[in-house]
Amino acid sequence: MSQVQLSSVSKRFNDTTAVDALSLRIEDGEFLILLGPSGCGKTTALRMVAGLESVSDGEISIDGEVVNDVPPRYRDIAMVFQSYALYPHLSVRKNVEFPLRQQKLSKAERDEKVNVALELLVLSELADRKPGQLSGGQRQRVALARALVRQPRLFLMDEPLSNLDAKLRLQMRADIVALQQRLKATILYVTHDQVEAMTMGHRIAVMNEGKLQQIGKPADLYNKPANTFVARFLGSPGMNIVAASLSGGSVLAGGAPIATTEHPDATAINIGIRAEDLVLSPDGLPCTVVLVEDLGSEVQIISDTQQGERVTVKCSPDSQRPVTGDTIYLRAKAEKIHYFDAITGERLYDLLPQDSAVAETVATNETSESA
Amino acid sequence: MASKHVRRARVNKVVRYAVLTVFAIIIVFPLYIVFLDAVLSNSQIATTPPTLFTFHPHWNNFAVAWRVGGVSHYLFNSILQTSIIVMAQLVTSILAAFAFAFLDFPFKRTLFVIMISTLMIPFEVTLVTNVQTVSSLHLFGSTVGLVIPFLATGTGIFLLRQAFMQIPKEMREAAVIDGYSNMQFLRRVAVPLARPGIAALAVFSFLGAWNQYLWPLILTDNNVSIRTLQIGIKSIGGGVDSANVQIAASAIAVFPLLVILIFFQKHLVRSLTAGAVK
Repeated sequence: MSQVQLSSVSKRFNDTTAVDALSLRIEDGEFLILLGPSGCGKTTALRMVAGLESVSDGEISIDGEVVNDVPPRYRDIAMVFQSYALYPHLSVRKNVEFPLRQQKLSKAERDEKVNVALELLVLSELADRKPGQLSGGQRQRVALARALVRQPRLFLMDEPLSNLDAKLRLQMRADIVALQQRLKATILYVTHDQVEAMTMGHRIAVMNEGKLQQIGKPADLYNKPANTFVARFLGSPGMNIVAASLSGGSVLAGGAPIATTEHPDATAINIGIRAEDLVLSPDGLPCTVVLVEDLGSEVQIISDTQQGERVTVKCSPDSQRPVTGDTIYLRAKAEKIHYFDAITGERLYDLLPQDSAVAETVATNETSESA
Repeated sequence: MASKHVRRARVNKVVRYAVLTVFAIIIVFPLYIVFLDAVLSNSQIATTPPTLFTFHPHWNNFAVAWRVGGVSHYLFNSILQTSIIVMAQLVTSILAAFAFAFLDFPFKRTLFVIMISTLMIPFEVTLVTNVQTVSSLHLFGSTVGLVIPFLATGTGIFLLRQAFMQIPKEMREAAVIDGYSNMQFLRRVAVPLARPGIAALAVFSFLGAWNQYLWPLILTDNNVSIRTLQIGIKSIGGGVDSANVQIAASAIAVFPLLVILIFFQKHLVRSLTAGAVK
């Protein structure tokens, strides 16, 4: 059993605030992803949970016990580092055994645990090699084996896949997910890669500038982003955001109606539309084509509105495609339009219901909104 | 075209080796003379032009130096003081360097600057105060007095701090999370990883301690029994007729250095060029 609760946790370095009143809860057996651009405070948050950074404000508790002042060694956690942090002078076996040497175990017990961990990560045949003789993926597996050999109550992973090449990353992603399900491990996982977040996590907590933006299931975040930051950050490409107004049941963008709406008239709002929800049409939002990217299965048209907002459209490779410099007109599917306040960037209408999947999601949203 | 390049490369190689050979001779020649004179008779040493080879080495010179000249005793003293200094310098340098590299404590920067500044003070400058200190501690003429100023070294601390700072921060954090104390991390990770630097320090410290002259000369002035080999050589015989025995004693003094240099030259070169190339 392990639950982690962060209550208004802040971290300040001199006069900069790295983490600002972060509240979230990790359930037992949950795979929670902390997602955000570099410098958003996600790694600092993770390091506070690990005990490698002190907490400036707020409380971190594990299984109900406040651990703010508990040294890392007594928190019963394991951490996987981006750089792996393997000991180059020790063999794979010794590396994996390293955390066990601090526990009062007999040699036989240690060997047994090490063998189980090595087998789990398909490392048995490499047990006598030194890290220098391993590939990046193998090193990463050793780092994972070293983390799980101790059967800690919480795993912390700091961008563990970002040093791997794209293909290997895909493989390791699946491996980690399978491992998590098998061990029912509780994992707090930090990444800046939204694809990793979408595919791996049970829930995602999006952070920006030290603040929690939204927390929820990947699909909820994708379909109902709480603000323009989350909208832009999730998805590939991120959501298109353009200035618009609502008038007489129409959504007007770039002076032209692009869809119908049931919402009342409004000015100074932003609308968000995903690239796959835009269609080329004889009229609508006029955009100038900047680049046409053929990805094989689909074509991405990157264009700019007259106001200079970047808009990406996905269409099928069979359709007629424009060339750079052409003017295209875009319309959107009415039910796929997201409305945001132009000033605050917060989502308007159609918010996630209050009784949404996870109660604390809402609670933390409220906390962050009021903060 | 190609053959021209090949020829030029070959000429370059010949020139390079010729230059290196000349340098090697310049460096090796004095050593050769020491070992040669050590097995000549006194009359052979004094000849002009000097004797450059002999078919009848007087190996007996070594025996005389060893037994009559007291080299065996001096050698023991030298080994003793050198071992103490090397061991002590390794221990103090490792501990201090670890603190400077990994720990946070008040006045860390200030202390580091003070420590570094000791590198710039020649030993001769502190000689008088050192003599006074050692005398007032009643250690003058004792083995403890002989080694006490050299138990810690700024150079060693600096060298090992650099070596420790090469160790990624994450490695220490991983060990911290796994419950390793500073000393355990030092023993299991930091020291093994800094081994090349530590080996280099051991050699430098050995060379320094072994070749000491001024301090032992002053300190053993009133106590022959703790005299080191470097000082002892001077007092063997002392006249022209025992020059060959003195040189034999010098040869004995040089021998350990040669052995160490030959065995550790790779380490030494690596530590001096560390960081120059990845």
